[in-house]
Order: sequence, then C-alpha cells, then structure tokens
Amino acid sequence: MEASKVIHAIYTDDDVLMAAVKKVKSAHHHIEEIYTPFPVHGLDKAMGLAPTRIAIASFMYGCVGLTVAIVMMNFIMIQDWPQNIGGKPSFSYIENMPAFVPIMFELTVFFAAHLMVITFYLRSRMWPFKKAENPDPRTTDDHFLMEIAVHGNETELSDLLKETGAVEINLIDKAH
Amino acid sequence: MYTFSSKLKSVAIGLMILGAIGVAYGFMTSHKDFSEVETMLASESHHGDGHGEAASHHETSQGDAHAAEDTHAVTGGHDGHAEVDEHTKHVNHVMHAMHKRPWAALYVAAFFFFMIALGVLAFYAVQYAAQAGWSPLLLRVMEGITAYMLPGALIVLGIAIASGVIGHYGLFVWMDPDVVAHDKLIQGKAGWLNITWFGVRGLIFIAGWYLYRHFSRKFSIAQDNADDNKNFKKNFRISAAFLVFFLYTESMMSWDWIMSVDPHWFSTLFGWYVLAGMMVCGITVIAMITIYLKSKDLLPKVNDSHIHDLAKFMFGFSIFWTYLWFSQFMLIWYSNIPEEVTYFVTRFQDYQLPFLGMVAMNFVFPLLVLMNSDYKRIPWFVIMAGIVILCGHYIDIFNMIMPATVGDQWYIGIPEISSILLFAGLFIFIVFTALTKAPLEPKRNPFIKESEHFHY
Repeated sequence: MEASKVIHAIYTDDDVLMAAVKKVKSAHHHIEEIYTPFPVHGLDKAMGLAPTRIAIASFMYGCVGLTVAIVMMNFIMIQDWPQNIGGKPSFSYIENMPAFVPIMFELTVFFAAHLMVITFYLRSRMWPFKKAENPDPRTTDDHFLMEIAVHGNETELSDLLKETGAVEINLIDKAH
Repeated sequence: MYTFSSKLKSVAIGLMILGAIGVAYGFMTSHKDFSEVETMLASESHHGDGHGEAASHHETSQGDAHAAEDTHAVTGGHDGHAEVDEHTKHVNHVMHAMHKRPWAALYVAAFFFFMIALGVLAFYAVQYAAQAGWSPLLLRVMEGITAYMLPGALIVLGIAIASGVIGHYGLFVWMDPDVVAHDKLIQGKAGWLNITWFGVRGLIFIAGWYLYRHFSRKFSIAQDNADDNKNFKKNFRISAAFLVFFLYTESMMSWDWIMSVDPHWFSTLFGWYVLAGMMVCGITVIAMITIYLKSKDLLPKVNDSHIHDLAKFMFGFSIFWTYLWFSQFMLIWYSNIPEEVTYFVTRFQDYQLPFLGMVAMNFVFPLLVLMNSDYKRIPWFVIMAGIVILCGHYIDIFNMIMPATVGDQWYIGIPEISSILLFAGLFIFIVFTALTKAPLEPKRNPFIKESEHFHY
C-alpha cells in the first residue's frame, strides 16, 4: 500500500543531497523519489536504482533495422525485378552487397536511435500534453527535493532529515 | 622502476633466434632455379594436391593455368615457338614470385611492428595535444612502445632499399631499370619513384618522427623533477606541431612504403586507411602491455576505467578502419574502372580467405565483442580481442604487400611466421628495455591526479 503521507525534504546543494541520501538509506527509510534540476552524478548508485537496459534494447532495434534493410533490398533488387542497372550484378544478394551497405548501415542506425528514443519516452511516461508531476517548481531551478514515505514515524524522520542539512521539511498529505 | 624480467628477456631473445633461423631458411630455400620450378610445376599439374608448400587452391589454380596452356599448345599448335615462349614466361613468373617471398615476408612483419610503434607515437601526441586527463598514467607505457619506432622504421626502409639493391628488386618493381625502361606509366612517376629520392624521403620522415619522440621523452622525464610546468607546456607545443608533420609524412610514407609495391595503382584515401590500422594496433598494444604490467602489480594506480577507455578506443578505431577499408573498396568496386579495379580483382581471386577473413577479424569480431561496456573492463577479454585484432591487421598488411610481390604463390609458412617471431622478439626486447629506463608513473604531470582518480 502506498503511503498516504510523505515528507518533502528540500536541499540546496547536490553534495549535501548525496550525503543525505546515503544517511537515509543506511537508516533504512524508503526514498520514493528525488527531484533535481540537473543530473547528479552517482545519485542512481547511491539510491540503489537498477541500471538501465536501454542500450540492450537499442542493440536489438539495430538488429531489426539491419534485417529490414536486407530483406527489403533482397526483395526489391534481387527477387522482384532483377534489372541490369549499369552493369551491377543482381544475380544474388551477396554479389551486389557493397552497393546496399550504405542503406543497411543507415537503417540500422535509424531503427536503433529512433526506437530507443521512443522506448525512453514510453518507459519514462513522457508525451506532449502530459501533466507535469513536479511537486515544487523550485526543483527545476536550484533546489533538490527528496520524497520519503511516512509510516507514523514523522518526528524521528524529520529529526534525521534536519541532521542531514535539509533547509525545509514539509509533511504532505497525498490522500486527497 | 621496472626491471626487465629475465624470463621475458629470454623469451624475446629466443623469439629473435628462432625467427632469424627461419628467415635464413626462407632465403636459402627460395632460390630455386628455372628447371627446379619447371619440374615442380609439372609435377603439381599432374598430381594435383599434396605438394608441401603451396595451399591446395593455389595448386589447382596453377594446375588450371598450366592445363589451359597445354590445351592451347595442342589446339593452336601452328606456332611451336610461341608455346615455348608462353611456357618459359610462366615458369619465369612463378620463379620470380618464389624468389620474392622471403623478402615480402620479412617486409610485412617489419612494417607491422614498426606501424604499432608509429601508431602509438601519434596517439601519444594526441594525448598531449588534447590535454587528456585520463591517460597520463599510461604515458610511460606509450613512451616505452615508441622506443621501437626508430629501429623499426630504419629496418623497414633498409629492407625496402636492400630488396632493390641486393635483392633483385624483390619488393618494388619500379626500382628495376629494366622494368622502368619498358613501362611508360612508371616512367611518368619516376620523378617521385626513384631509389635515391625514396631513401632521402624515408630518412626525412624518420628523422622528424624521431626528433619528436626524443624531445617529448626528454621533456616528459624532465617534468618529473621540475618545479613548474614548463616542460609540459613544451610537450604540448611540440605535440601539436608533430601531429601536423605526422599527418603529411604518414600519408607519403604509406604511398612510398606500401602503395608503391603496386606502382600502376593509386588510391587517395590510402594514407588514412594505413593510419587507421596503425592506430588500432598501437592502442591494442598499449592496452596489452598495460594489462601485463598491471598483472605484475607495477601500475597499481591504473584501474579498470583506464582499460575500459583503451578498449573503447580499440572498438572505435576498428570501426574507423572498417569505414575506410570499405570506402576504398566500395568506391573502386562500384565504378569498376579497369585500371583501378585490378587491385581488388587479384585480391579477390588469389587472396579470398585472408581478404575477407581480415574483415571478420578486424570488424565483426571487435564490434560484437567490445560493444558491451562490462566486457571492456575485463582484462582477459581485452587481451583476447587484442590478439584477434593484431592478427587481423597483420593479415591486412599481408594483403597489401603480398599480391603485388608473390602473387598467387603466397602461403603463411616458415618465412612468414619466422619473420613475425623475429620482429616480435626485437619489439619485446626494445620496448621492455625502454620501460626500465624511467619510472612507470610520471610524477609531476599536471593531469596525473586526475588520471589517478579517473573513473568512468
């Protein structure tokens, strides 16, 4: 069950944030989310997030693109209408292969790049008319926000967060 | 300070002795005279397979050529004299190819090891000119490898000239006055392709490269005990200047030392193509020697991120090499102009396996093996990929030199392998001796702290 109450701890420095994340993790509190204005190097490791698999997806999309290019040109140039165009050998795919390589390369890159980007949008739920999920507009400028679930341990948690150098601690009731 | 382990030293000396014996054997057995070659060819065409030296498909192709000649003799036998001439010409052709083989084998191996050192020198200059923060820990390893540049280059130039002066024009036909006298095309290029100018040019290239290597090494060592960064700044400046000089001379060197074995053929991106192969091999050897020294605990501050970076360069330059290889091949294949395309026709007909095999070794293998980021951090994985890449680039040089010299008489046998061993031994000996001359970690390089904490 998702906690109905969360604490928003706000920091103004990414180094302080990193130290705070480590402290909160070692005190075994669950960090729901962290909002930062820019990528903080090593934050994912400190939070213990699983590594991304998007590169593997991209490799597979590239393989699809290569296959599409080969099948398409084999059908068009070799199977369907093997015309003699400027003396190029269209008897088999391999004989005319060097002429197809630029297309094979470009389609591999095209599929790998575009499908990877689309995958990224789908997995991170981003689209043009999406409602922004930002809890505090300052986090897009110069503040860092850590969201922690509360299970009746508010005072203990806010004491801990104060110790870590949070400049602001807000208790938010999410159950509207 | 690194000490050259006696075990490695004896391996290097053993390789050199073994290689020298094999090279000598290659030279002694190659001098077959006309009648020997004639009987050899005759017995090959009659018995087919199973004759020691040549691989089976050469024999059949030779046999076919011979058989074709025989039928020609029978059907078109109106002029007996012409047949004898044809036959003599064929035997002479094969005989000359066999004489050239030990020279070509020696030259390919000499060039291969020289180009590793020159590739590393260029990479080293790039590190200074780009003020790279990750690599200063590896600079001494690179300096060790570039110690082979001077002897290696002199050996290559020496073999090239000796093959003309004492070797009966074993490598470069344009050195043969008889050939030039009957060849309008080479006559037109004689202003560039003549032995004196060839030698002088070679010495200018080598002198320029050596001067950079000498001063860069000097400043690098002086920087260790300096109390300012003056030496580093000097190194930055001469590296930038060297890179300009290098790009011009490397192109000209590749025309002279490699492309001119086919004096009728030319390609404009040849210099870049040779450069790409050079860089891959150089970076691969840097990675291998770094991993070796680290396994002996001599480079404790080198971490797996450095190996990862080197492996990325191996991967990237392998693809760059393929890009240039394919661009050269595809442009010539596509337009199919007879005067250019013969270059690839001979390679496709007589060198199919090495020609296509090398693309698999230099492109497909590194592409699939070195793509994964985790694998690039595993030392044995990088070593294995490196071995395949180095073998692939040896075959690349082999494919550049052999078709123009020995033609279809090629084989990777005693002369070729012995030449590799000879120069591998010399390379190891010189490189590891140079590594003992200075501390393996530069002390006062302005980027050394960054390099020590380098993390990717």
